[in-house]
Amino acid sequence: MNIDRRFFFKTAGLIGVSLAAGKSFGANPSENNEIEFRGILYDASRCVGCQECEKACAKAHELPEPEDEVKVGVLRKTSEKQRCVINLYNTSKGETFFRNQCMHCNEPACAAACLTQAMHKTKEGPVIWRGDKCMGCRYCMVSCPFDVPKFEYLSANPKIQKCDMCYDRISKGEKPTCVEACPGEAVISGTRRELLAEARKRMAENPGTYVDQIYGETAAGGTGYLYLSPAPFKEVGFNPKIQDSSYPALSKGFLYSVPSVFVLLPTLLLGIHEATKNNQSKDEEND
Amino acid sequence: MTSPAYPITKDNDGRSIWRFLMSELRPKGKWLTPFNIISIPIMLLGLGLIVFRFVNGIGSVTNLTQETPWGIWIGFDVVTGVAFAGGAYVLTFMVYILKMNKYHSIVRITVLNGFLAYVFYAGALLLDLGRPWNVINPIIGNSFGTSSVLFLVAWHFMLYMLAELIEFSPAIAEWLGAKRAHKILSGMTIAAVIFGITLSTLHQSGLGALYLMAKDKIHPLWYSEFIPVLFLVSSIFAGLSMVIFEGTISHKVFSSQISEKNHKAEKGILHGLSKICAGAMFAYFFLQLLVFIHGKNWDLLNTPMGYWYLFEMIGFVLVPMILFFYSYRTNNIFLIRLAAILTMLGIILNRLNVSVIGFKWDAATHYYPSWMEIVVTLAVIFTEIWIFRWVINRMPVLRESPKWAKEAKH
Repeated sequence: MNIDRRFFFKTAGLIGVSLAAGKSFGANPSENNEIEFRGILYDASRCVGCQECEKACAKAHELPEPEDEVKVGVLRKTSEKQRCVINLYNTSKGETFFRNQCMHCNEPACAAACLTQAMHKTKEGPVIWRGDKCMGCRYCMVSCPFDVPKFEYLSANPKIQKCDMCYDRISKGEKPTCVEACPGEAVISGTRRELLAEARKRMAENPGTYVDQIYGETAAGGTGYLYLSPAPFKEVGFNPKIQDSSYPALSKGFLYSVPSVFVLLPTLLLGIHEATKNNQSKDEEND
Repeated sequence: MTSPAYPITKDNDGRSIWRFLMSELRPKGKWLTPFNIISIPIMLLGLGLIVFRFVNGIGSVTNLTQETPWGIWIGFDVVTGVAFAGGAYVLTFMVYILKMNKYHSIVRITVLNGFLAYVFYAGALLLDLGRPWNVINPIIGNSFGTSSVLFLVAWHFMLYMLAELIEFSPAIAEWLGAKRAHKILSGMTIAAVIFGITLSTLHQSGLGALYLMAKDKIHPLWYSEFIPVLFLVSSIFAGLSMVIFEGTISHKVFSSQISEKNHKAEKGILHGLSKICAGAMFAYFFLQLLVFIHGKNWDLLNTPMGYWYLFEMIGFVLVPMILFFYSYRTNNIFLIRLAAILTMLGIILNRLNVSVIGFKWDAATHYYPSWMEIVVTLAVIFTEIWIFRWVINRMPVLRESPKWAKEAKH
């Protein structure tokens, strides 16, 4: 019995320690952080659909230049070969261009899902993918509410492709390449706080131009990418099912119950085992 | 601890351990059985497809898309397979913790079945990894994704395999004639059992918790915050139904190995298991009902997916539950077996409904497995059965332990 218990406590202890570390949950935007999350504001009313951002993005990330045309009725999607797309939608407010790419959530589901921390919310704000850690399980793709991460299915050394907000440029203090490429200032970058203020200013200065919502202010718990649009967001390709609270919070309850189960259940089982020990001979007669 | 190699070589009737192992590796009995004729080509084809997949990427053999990143290799092999392996933790709980000695004769085969299921289905997980060379990352600790449910599940898989190996190891020691190792390993059983039950509780529910973040992607009739609890409760009767099913086959195929006493005990065991299944299924059905009412999804019932949901809940939960109750009352062994098969179909249906069929049910193009995915899945299952058969024909799993091992216990 001595050996049993020692073995048991040793193993349980080891697991306990490794699981206790699980308490630091997801990436929290913390107030006392000196660096603020950076983001990008896309203003659909200023976008003319020139695809300069798509081309710049493809060039910067060594992907093939997109050749298909933007037109109504054709829904182009981001793929393992294209990190951002512009589409033209026929909406109740007329034809509107709209852009899609990674939303860079404040609390990204993909990063909470990743068991190797390959998907990572950097302190500067971009959510990046790190190939040296990723094992290609694609749980990030299952978890992302926006279906952003794309996987290279036809490669023996597959990568996850998604917008990384040009993290290499951001960390040097430069603007993302799509922001720099945009001729009409439809995409601008800054800290998330500045961008929200700018979005509110534009809404106040141009009454009637925009719908009364900054997409990304609350969606999925807040995102680094913010949108202004003249047309309702569900008409420009956003999934209306997306909730306003964070996605990692959905599995929080389960993960928090793990340490308690790990301590209480073995104790209970050991207790029952001890309690039933003397009944053994009786049982044999009964059966 | 002394080196285990020394007592093994000495204990095994003085024969060289290597010569013994070599002779055991050779097949026993006839080669051209119907099972072999069917399984060998499928296993070879599966192996070829696996090689092809590692050279040309996952997309070359599967129908996976950017919208449906997990297909049957995860939804069936892992999620469903692990539910069926749940019999091991339920039975060890009954026998070692509750001391229900009636079931002692089927513990070893169930643990073996569970252990192999984990080895092969977790192994199937490796086939699905795009970058399997990084699989050591969450193990060696250079990047622990502790906020991930998958991290928890992966660790529990590994630790549980170890626990089941320890639970089964006395049989290996008996096969090798290693008396000292047998004594040490038998002493570790209870610790491994308690550890194993705890791990199983957490990862059976954890497999359900994997889907918690996919809230908008899974059909609301199958998505709720209670998926982990539902997965845990259903793993109890999924595992026991597998025990009934596997026991039925083992009693036919390995009939000569089973002692007369255990042949006679089979009826009583099935009887007892059907009672437990009925109880667990009642709890599960009630939980599903509560979740459904709580979800306020009445309007969804009158849709194609709603009919599919009712088909699962009534045809494959309620009906087998009643069958289990009825066969328990009337002592009808045939009905118990029928109920077990229906229950297993229901579990396959349920796990696939969450992970594949109900996942992105509203997408324009729906995922269905390619023939190559099915062949690889079959190859994995057949390989497992081959190993299972190999072990049973050599180790004291169904047949009685050697005399010395029995004496050591008392």
